[in-house]
Amino acid sequence: MNLNLKVWRQDSPQEKGKMVDYQLGGISEHMSFLEMMDVLNQQLIDNGERPVAFDHDCREGICGSCSMFINGEAHGPVKGTTTCQLHMRSFNDGDTIFIEPFRANAFPVLKDLVIDRSAFDRIQHSGGYISVNTSGNTQDANATPIPKENADLAMDAATCIGCGACVATCKNSSAMLFVGAKISQYALLPQGKVEAKERAQNMVAQMDSEGFGNCTNTGACEVECPKGISLTNIARMNREFLDGSVNS
Amino acid sequence: MSTKKQKLSSIGKKVLMALTGFFLMLFLLQHLSINLLSVIDADMFNEVSHFMGTNPLVQYVLQPILIFSVVFHFAWGIYLEYQNNQARDVKYAKYKGSANATWMSRNMIISGLAVLAFLAVHFYDFWLPEINVKYIQGDMSGMLHGTDHFRYHEELVAKFANQPIRVVLYVVAFVMLSFHLLHGFQSSFQSVGFNHSKYTPIIKKLGNLFAIAVPIGFVIIAIYHYNIHPH
Amino acid sequence: MSTLDGKIPAGPIKDKWTTYKDKVNLVNPANKRNIDVIVVGTGLAGGSAAATLAEQGYNVKAFCYQDSPRRAHSIAAQGGINAAKNYQGDGDSVYRLFYDTVKGGDYRSREANVHRLAEVSTNIIDQCVAQGVPFARDYGGLLDNRSFGGVLVSRTFYAKGQTGQQLLLGAYSAMNRQIARGKIKMYNRHEMLDVVIVDGKARGIIARNLVTGEIERHSAHAVVLGTGGYGNVFYLSTNAMGSNVTAGWKAHKRGAHFANPCYTQIHPTCIPRSGDYQSKLTLMSESLRNDGRIWVPAKKEDAQAIRDGKLKPTEIKEEDRDYYLERRYPAFGNLVPRDVASRAAKERCDEGYGVNATGEAVYLDFAAAIVRYGKEQATIKGENNATESRIRELGKEIVKAKYGNLFDMYKQIVADNPYETPMMIYPAVHYTMGGIWVDYNLMTTIPGCYAIGEANFSDHGANRLGASALMQGLADGYFVLPYTIGDYLSSDIRTGKISTDTKEFEEAEKHVKDRIEGLVNNNGTHSVDYYHRKLGDIMWNKCGMARNEKGLKEAIKEISELRDDFWKNVSVPGGAYELNQELEKAGRVADFLELGELFAKDALERNESCGGHFREEYVEKSGEQKGEALRDDKNYAFVSAWQHTGVPSEALLHKEELQFNDIELKQRSYK
Repeated sequence: MNLNLKVWRQDSPQEKGKMVDYQLGGISEHMSFLEMMDVLNQQLIDNGERPVAFDHDCREGICGSCSMFINGEAHGPVKGTTTCQLHMRSFNDGDTIFIEPFRANAFPVLKDLVIDRSAFDRIQHSGGYISVNTSGNTQDANATPIPKENADLAMDAATCIGCGACVATCKNSSAMLFVGAKISQYALLPQGKVEAKERAQNMVAQMDSEGFGNCTNTGACEVECPKGISLTNIARMNREFLDGSVNS
Repeated sequence: MSTKKQKLSSIGKKVLMALTGFFLMLFLLQHLSINLLSVIDADMFNEVSHFMGTNPLVQYVLQPILIFSVVFHFAWGIYLEYQNNQARDVKYAKYKGSANATWMSRNMIISGLAVLAFLAVHFYDFWLPEINVKYIQGDMSGMLHGTDHFRYHEELVAKFANQPIRVVLYVVAFVMLSFHLLHGFQSSFQSVGFNHSKYTPIIKKLGNLFAIAVPIGFVIIAIYHYNIHPH
Repeated sequence: MSTLDGKIPAGPIKDKWTTYKDKVNLVNPANKRNIDVIVVGTGLAGGSAAATLAEQGYNVKAFCYQDSPRRAHSIAAQGGINAAKNYQGDGDSVYRLFYDTVKGGDYRSREANVHRLAEVSTNIIDQCVAQGVPFARDYGGLLDNRSFGGVLVSRTFYAKGQTGQQLLLGAYSAMNRQIARGKIKMYNRHEMLDVVIVDGKARGIIARNLVTGEIERHSAHAVVLGTGGYGNVFYLSTNAMGSNVTAGWKAHKRGAHFANPCYTQIHPTCIPRSGDYQSKLTLMSESLRNDGRIWVPAKKEDAQAIRDGKLKPTEIKEEDRDYYLERRYPAFGNLVPRDVASRAAKERCDEGYGVNATGEAVYLDFAAAIVRYGKEQATIKGENNATESRIRELGKEIVKAKYGNLFDMYKQIVADNPYETPMMIYPAVHYTMGGIWVDYNLMTTIPGCYAIGEANFSDHGANRLGASALMQGLADGYFVLPYTIGDYLSSDIRTGKISTDTKEFEEAEKHVKDRIEGLVNNNGTHSVDYYHRKLGDIMWNKCGMARNEKGLKEAIKEISELRDDFWKNVSVPGGAYELNQELEKAGRVADFLELGELFAKDALERNESCGGHFREEYVEKSGEQKGEALRDDKNYAFVSAWQHTGVPSEALLHKEELQFNDIELKQRSYK
C-alpha cells in the first residue's frame, strides 16, 4: 500500500519542530507499524536524509519504549495495543497518517519522536517500592496468604508498562493512571500496606512537582492504555491519599 | 519511607471540585423540588418560597454557603482548566479526543461556562430583584405590592409567559447543565475515591438519570408557564 | 591452550556454598562507603545486583541503554521462574532442581554453580514476595505453581504471562529505593563502550551518553556486566531490538575469555516470519505445548497447496496429518525439550512440509484440546447430550482461560483466529547459554570484572530449561554476586577513589572516540541494517539449528569478508555528538560481526552434538536413537573459553574441564 505520512521532526530539545510530509510506497499489510517506520528510515538513509528517531526495543508490547501518537491517538487506532503491536492492516491504501511524539510538558521531546519520560522514574523513586532488604531470609513466601482476588487486582495494576500513553492521551496530560496503578498494586498487598500512606503522599507530591496536569476523570487513559489499567486504580489512589492526608 | 507533605495536592484540588459539586447537585434537587410545586399548586409554591426567602437559617447560613460553592466551583474549575492547559504547551497536530472519551467529559469547561452565562441571566431575572426587594427596600413581607397574596408565583409566571426567547435560552442552558451533570455526577464519586465494582455501575446509571431528569424538570417548568398562561 | 581454574570450593557439593559464605572475606560497613561499583545493564541480574550492592553500602553507578531501567529485556519473559520450594509436595528438592538443570543443559554446565543456583532459588521467591511481586495465587491465598518444559514436578512460579515483567519491576523497585537514598546513581540512555583496565584490574568504563553523544569516563573499584545475551547476532531473534553483545565483547577484547559462544537456544514456539521486512520475532510461551498438538501435512502436495493458499489446514483429514513429535518421541510427545522440538520442526520444513508462504512454519493445533476440555466440562455440568458445537464452546472457554492472552497476541500479529484454525509456529533464536567465562565467584578473567545473568556462561550448559533464566538472573544479582564481590573488594579498602585522569582512561576514551568518528565519517553506501541482515542470514543458515563443518568454515570466511565490507562501505548518517540511533546500531553490529566469527569457530571446534549445538556429523547412526544428537563426553566435557588475540577466528582456546561427581552422565532420551 501507499501512504502519506506526516511525521514530527525536531532536531533537539531546544529547537522547534514541525510536521514533515513523506510519501511511502510498497508497504505490506502484514508489517508492524514500526517495520513501516523502518522502511521509511531506510528510504531516508538511501536518499541521504536523516532517519526519524523513535524509541522502541522489545517490539512485543511489554517494554513500554514505543510511544507514538498516531492519527490523534496514543499507540494508534487499535485499543489494547502498543505501537509496536499495531499492524498496517489497520490502515488503508492511500491513507494519510499523522505520527507525533507523546506530548506533555513533563515529557520533553529529545529528538523527533523520542521523548524523555524520566519524570515517571522520579515518581517511582519517591515511593514506588517496599522497604525491604535483600537478606535471603525474609519470611517464607507462603507465610502470609493473600486473598486471590486482591492478588489478581494487584497483578492487574502491576501490568502497567510505563509507556506514558495515559499522559499522552489525557487532555490534561495527567499521570494519575500511572501513579494510581503503582499505589494500588502495593495498597492491595499486605506487604505494601505498611507504608501505604507515606507512599501515596510522596508519589502524588512528586507527580505534582513534575508538571503533569490534573485528572478530570474523562477516562481516556483507561481506554488508550495498552494494558487496560482500570480507572478504579485512580479512585483507590484518591482514597489512599485522602486517608493519608486525614489520618496523619 | 519518610513523608513529603504538600499544601494542596492535585488530588486535594479535585476533591474540592467534587465536594462543591456534590453540594450544588443537592441544591439543584432542592431548587427543582420547590419549583415543581409552581406547576402543581401555586399556593404551596408561594408558602415554601416565602419560607426559604425569609428563614434566617436558609438566608444567612445556607445561602452564603451556596454562594461560596457556586463562586468557588466556577473559579476553581476555570483555574484548573487553565492549569491543565499549561501542562501541554505544544499541542497535537491531530488529536482525536472522541476516540476515547465522551464529549461531555472533555468539555466540562464549555458546559460549565454556558451554565455560568445562564446563571448571570438567572440572577438578573430572579435573584437580584429578590435581593433588591428584601434587603435594599426592606420589604420582607413577600406580598405582591398592594395586595394580600404572595408575589412569588406570579413573578415566576411573568418571566416565562409570552417570553419565547427566555424559554429557549433556559432550554439551551439546561441542555448544557445536563451535559455537565452527565459527567459531573459520576466524576465526583470517582474524585473522592469511590469506585466499586458493584456500586459504581449503579452510580453511573443514577448519575445519568439525575443528569437528564433534573434539567428536564426545569425545562418542563419553563415550558409549562410559557404555555399555560398565554397573554 | 591452557586449563582454566573455576575456583570451585572444596567439599561435598551441598556444602560448598555454605562453607564458602562462612569463610569469604567481608568488607566492613564503614569501608563499603568508600568503594564504588559499576553495574552495566539493569535487567534481572544487573538490577538486582545494583539494588543489593547499594543496600549493602557500596556506591553503585548503574548504566542502561534504555530510557529507564524498567525496560531491560528481562521484562519480556513470559512463563515463570523455577524454585525448589516444593509447595506442591510433589517431591521437588534442591537436588532435583540441580539434577534437572544439569541434565537439561546436556551435561555441559558447572555442577557447583548449578547447585548453588538451586539452593538460592527458594530465597528468590521469598524476596520477591516481600517486595510485592504479585505472583499467581490459588483460592486459599497461597502461591500457585505450574509445570514447565518437560520436568516431572510443578516448581514454576508465575505472574500471568508476564513473570519477567513483574520480577523486573520488583528489582526496579528495589533500585528505586536505593536511588532515592542516593546509593545508586542511575545513568539511563548510556551505553558502555569500553572497560578500562588499570594495573591489570577493571577500574572503570567508557560510556556514551546516548542523548548528547558525549563520551564519559566512569571509575570504580569493580565493574559488573549484566548485559544479557547476544541472540541478535542472528538479526532475527526474540531479543529486543537493542539487545547487544557490545559490553561483553569489549570486555572480551580487554582480556575476558568468552565461553561456549556457539550454545544458542532456539525456541520452538515463535510466530513465524511473514516477510523480508521482518524486524524481530515474537515468542509465545512454551506452555502452549501442554495442550497444543504439533503437526504438518503428511503429503507434500497438501503442504504445497496450503502454501499456495488453495487449501486450509482444517480441510486436511486426520489421517493425512503428521504429528511428527508424537511419532518420533512417543514418551514425551509434544513436550520434548526446546532444542529437540525446534530441530524436528526444521527437519520437516527442510523436507518441504512447511506450511506458511515462506515454507517455514508448522501447525500448533488446539482442536483436540478444545474437544477434550469441552467433554470434560459437559460432564461436570451434567450436559450429557451436549451437541458438538456446545462441546466446542465449552472447550474454548477453558482454552481461553488458560491461554487467552497468548491467543490474543497471536491474533493481533497474524490476523488469524487460533480458536478456529491451527496456529502457525516456527523456531526462533531466543537465548544464548554461552557468554563471558566466569569462575565460581562470577569473576571474569579480568580481575575486578564480573559477569552475571545471561551475559555469563555458567549455569545452563548447552541448553537452558524453561523458567530458569529468570532464576539465574536474580540468583546472581540478589544472592551470589553480593557475597562473592566482597571477597575481591576486601583488598581494595585502602585504594581510595579511582582517578579517571589517567593514561588508561585517556587511551580507552580515545579508542572509543576514534571508532565512533570512523563510523560517522565513513560515508559508505549501505545502511547498518543491510549488514546486520546479511550477518543474520549467514548465522541462521550456517550456524543455526543444525551445523556442519563445511557450512561453519564458510561462515567464518563470509563473516570475515562481510566485516571488511562493513568497515569500508557502511553509511552512518548524522553526527557523533547527538542522539543518533544509526550510530548506536552501527557500533553494536560491528561487534556482532566479530562475535559471529568466534561463534562459528567455536561451533566448528566442538565436534559433538550437545543441547543447542547440533552438528549434523555427530548423530546416532543406528538403533532406536538414530538421528538424535550424539554427545562426546570423553573428548568434549569441557567449557571452551576463548581468549582474544586480535582476529576472532584466531582466538586462543582455553579449556575448563567439567567434573561431574554428583551426576552420572547419560544420553538424554525422550523416546
